[in-house]
Amino acid sequence: MGFPDRIERKLELAHSPERVWQALTTAEGLGSWFGNDATIDLRVGGQATMTWTSGDKATFTVERLEPPRVFGYTWNIMGLPAEDPRRTYVEFTLEPAGAGTTLTVVESGFAQLPAEVHGKAFGGNSDGWTNELGELAAYLDGRS
Amino acid sequence: MAVPDLEATAQEVFAALADPTRRQILAALASGGPATATDLAARLPITRQAIAKHLGLLADAGLVVAEPGERRRVRFRLDSAPMKVAQQFLAALARDWDGPLTALRDHLGTH
Repeated sequence: MGFPDRIERKLELAHSPERVWQALTTAEGLGSWFGNDATIDLRVGGQATMTWTSGDKATFTVERLEPPRVFGYTWNIMGLPAEDPRRTYVEFTLEPAGAGTTLTVVESGFAQLPAEVHGKAFGGNSDGWTNELGELAAYLDGRS
Repeated sequence: MAVPDLEATAQEVFAALADPTRRQILAALASGGPATATDLAARLPITRQAIAKHLGLLADAGLVVAEPGERRRVRFRLDSAPMKVAQQFLAALARDWDGPLTALRDHLGTH
């Protein structure tokens, strides 16, 4: 069972959830620790772009926004062409821990199957993660 | 989801790619399009017999598909689907969260 569908990290930070939230969801924050520069349209369905001095660029779509507790977005799978529709889902969860914050990052969806392989292997009865993420986004859109 | 099927696909792709001759054959099909074993033997420094053997193995792994061509000459074309499964495995390994999270800790610490 070595095929990783998700990456999970937990981090103890000596700062309030509000401070951590600012670092995760503002252009200033994202452009400091994540990219070298960033823009963000902070609303569900809004886009964010991060660029690096190496010339790399990443664009993500905000999917979940519950300040200052949950921030989720979808973005491209590394190594696939930019126009490939498949995405992984990244979710940051901030929990107060004393004066600080426990930050959990989960990125999931690496094991989603290309449609043709999926059809071959499983009879094509499910569209997998692409659908699920779409449903999640629709569900969250309806809630907000 | 039947994860072992993904495993089996990734296993076959990485086994196929571990051999430099098979990498050359796949690269030739990727860059030049469908070709017969004879075409490939003319373009690569490998005997036709060796190419035929490797093409059989690549077909078993689902990485190339044999299709009948003119005068019953079998042409082989690339099937990228298994490659994409392996690529997703590599994507998970290449996504580096530890570097950015250390940077986040540093960023918060210095402000």
